[in-house]
Amino acid sequence: MSGAAAWADALQALALFAADPAALGGIALRAGAGPVRDSFLRRMRQSLPHGTPVRHLPLHIGDDRLLGGLDLPATLRAGKPVAQPGLLTEADGGVVVLAMAERVDAALAVRLRAALDDGVILLQRDGLSRVEPSRFGIVALDEGCEPEEHPPDALLDRLAFHLDLTRVSLRDMAEPPDRLATDTATIQPDHAIETLCHVAATLGIPSLRAPMLALRAARAAAAQAGRKDIAEADLTIAARLVLAPRARQIPAPPEAEDSPPPPPPEEPPADDPQPQPEQTQSDQTGPDQTLPDQPLSDVVLEAARAALPLDLLARLMQAESGRGQARSPGRAGQIQMSLKRGRPVGIRQGEPRNGARLHLLETLKAAAPWQALRQRADRFEVRREDFRIIRFRQRLGTTTVFAVDASGSAAMHRLAEAKGAVELLLADCYVRRDQVALIAFRGQDAALLLPPTGSLLRAKRSLAALPGGGATPLAAGIEAAGRLADSVRRAGRTPVIAVLTDARANVARLNGARDAGGAAAGRPAAEADALEAARAIGRSGIAALLVDTSPRPNPFAHRLAEAMRARYVPLPYAEAGALSRAVRAASAA
Amino acid sequence: MTRPVYPFAAIVGQEDMKRAMLIAAVDQGIGGVLVFGDRGTGKSTTVRALAALLPPMKVMQGCRYQCDPASPDAWCADCRSAGKGKAVTAPVPVVDLPLGATEDRIVGALDLERALAGAKVFEPGLLARANRGFLYIDEVNLLEDHLVDLLLDVAASGENVVEREGLSIRHPARFVLIGSGNPEEGELRPQLIDRFGLSVEVRTPTDLPTRIEVIRRRDMFDRDPDGFAETWRRAQDKLRRQITAARTQLPAVTVSDAILERAARLCMALGTDGLRGELTLIRAARALAALGGDAAAADAHLQQVAPMVLSHRLRRNPLDEAVASTRVARAMEELFGA
Repeated sequence: MSGAAAWADALQALALFAADPAALGGIALRAGAGPVRDSFLRRMRQSLPHGTPVRHLPLHIGDDRLLGGLDLPATLRAGKPVAQPGLLTEADGGVVVLAMAERVDAALAVRLRAALDDGVILLQRDGLSRVEPSRFGIVALDEGCEPEEHPPDALLDRLAFHLDLTRVSLRDMAEPPDRLATDTATIQPDHAIETLCHVAATLGIPSLRAPMLALRAARAAAAQAGRKDIAEADLTIAARLVLAPRARQIPAPPEAEDSPPPPPPEEPPADDPQPQPEQTQSDQTGPDQTLPDQPLSDVVLEAARAALPLDLLARLMQAESGRGQARSPGRAGQIQMSLKRGRPVGIRQGEPRNGARLHLLETLKAAAPWQALRQRADRFEVRREDFRIIRFRQRLGTTTVFAVDASGSAAMHRLAEAKGAVELLLADCYVRRDQVALIAFRGQDAALLLPPTGSLLRAKRSLAALPGGGATPLAAGIEAAGRLADSVRRAGRTPVIAVLTDARANVARLNGARDAGGAAAGRPAAEADALEAARAIGRSGIAALLVDTSPRPNPFAHRLAEAMRARYVPLPYAEAGALSRAVRAASAA
Repeated sequence: MTRPVYPFAAIVGQEDMKRAMLIAAVDQGIGGVLVFGDRGTGKSTTVRALAALLPPMKVMQGCRYQCDPASPDAWCADCRSAGKGKAVTAPVPVVDLPLGATEDRIVGALDLERALAGAKVFEPGLLARANRGFLYIDEVNLLEDHLVDLLLDVAASGENVVEREGLSIRHPARFVLIGSGNPEEGELRPQLIDRFGLSVEVRTPTDLPTRIEVIRRRDMFDRDPDGFAETWRRAQDKLRRQITAARTQLPAVTVSDAILERAARLCMALGTDGLRGELTLIRAARALAALGGDAAAADAHLQQVAPMVLSHRLRRNPLDEAVASTRVARAMEELFGA
């Protein structure tokens, strides 16, 4: 999809959204800060009816500001409880703009989700018990750079439109021509629902909210065109704007061509603990699935296909990872609260013992309303139950990034043993409640098989499914591990890199301008690139471990480990205990 | 502010989740229900729908804890001191514990308005409101630790104790805890998991006709909630009568020695800790039998409830590929030879 087409889609989505923000949940807008995004936001304000509230939601907002609470000065003045509305209540009937949505944590995500689902805020705070209207749509500004950096899935699932404006340039932003509805024949609601469900299934979208939101978008499109009932044109708009960006598989072309693209490897969605038999999937999408009117589905599917993200194929090839996939980065929910150190994130009732720090102002605020009751005219009385302490979010927890060489040479040598070694390390990580991530490199590039997660079962599964074979893009593998470790560190956890390889690098980095002169000629270049990537990790100070999986210790692997400042463990000598000790030593370093 | 509620009877599929809720409705002593699974599977919808389905109960008039006129032993201090009161009909409370709720609103605190005027009056919290009903925590895995501790404490004792400003209040707080969440967003503390009698895993339906039906009904409901409710009124009424009948029938449902033995052997085969699993297994089987109008619990009932009673009680082996429910199924297959 070209930049101009993306911009045209964005404007169309905006028009549907502005008519009733809450009904469509909102827009996830992937774009860096800049004129394109500014222009989009300006247009959003312009297209909303005058007086519609638009509230900007800062990332680290507290519950009292988000949901509402007691207005203490007003309460004391009035002598009776006065509530202070939260930002989500203020946004009722309007739009909440969520900056840096890719960094929203689980706690904020579920609060937004609850309000989106219920249309009200259930407030049970500070002695207040009330239900406040809170119907709003969200514009989530996603500035993520890496594919695995994106707003929480729980939120994305509820926003009808996922727009990607990263490729839109100023030149693309000319006023797009009006897309005129060509076919306005009315379609029965049931038929429309069937069509959207069918198209969603064909695109491999598991969530049921997707076809639901698509249906609402189609209704909005019909209303906008002044029609009471849904027409074919509305369905194609809905499929293009709501379903296509969520696609997880590439539908087979309508006519059987000579070489249809191979279906992506059928891996069960992560949130589905029981592997979904492949049978079901092909049943849904197979040609024997008879619907009352196949042609309509085809037309709508075609519309969605035209809008499939450019990099979908690449993403699917890179196994399951990144945006649009069900995998959540796993960092959510793993936040460590501490009473002693870290970044302050809130206040709670409690005693300043065991190193917890008293928050004086909050304590006095808590005591203030009760002074009349305590009847001490001579002094302000603070009691034990008023004590408020500060909570911190701690930089704690380790994430071990495994980079596993799955190339032909490694496979021949001992991929199975390497897998076994990783499994041992996984068990060790489980004991320490560590997170793990898994990167595999083979062929031309490295792929993130598993973003950081606390689920060992998932890690084990992706490891078991790892095929071997192909060349050894060692530099790409080390680089990918370094990048991921860096983002782990930025998220506040401690990364440890464990590279398992036989260090027979024969693929240079893709961006290196070298001629492809076969594996033998490529080796020196590949080794130089690998060393350079290793040195970058060495400089970053991230703890690392290199497990040499060659049959005999490989001198180059040793050099690599030195460049990486990694602990070097030759696998032939490594038994379970030694490996586990090595990782622990690396993370303690 | 009343929100239209999606009828329980109209929920498509998700049989395990519905069954667990109905069992808890028939036998409130079952120990709570944990619903874990995919996004968008109607977890919250089902709980809210349950609230609208439950047959009303008798309460002491004016009691802030919905004391049961029929069991004076469990009365609150107010009802005790009054000695007797008028019994009135009230809906069974299904109370939402929203995220961001503060401790004072959960356990109850002094009434702020009166305190400002210098009077000490206890203002009951959510635990009081949930007494004899259901307490629903969406995203229970994201609840703050100190609130979890507090809930566990009250759930274990059935009583809420509040000490504040020299006021010492204790009141009954017996409720069915219903928790829901998505395991991808954070794991649940083992202590909390143990407290749930039943746990069900919900998944997004994958077959097209079911998915179409879900969307179709949801769309009808969204566009005309009242009309939709009317369409399902008779099915709702029937389900409600079924719950009432099951409650009446429950004490009379018998469990043969053979069934008791099977339950014990199933628990032994799976290595579940303690007796709680076994007791809950029998209890759930009886409730299910009562729902079906059967006079005795049978193998079929045991088989239907075993996964929801046992799968969260298995000792976890992090690297065991088999999902807990599969292990339960396997053990049942060996035992029942099914």
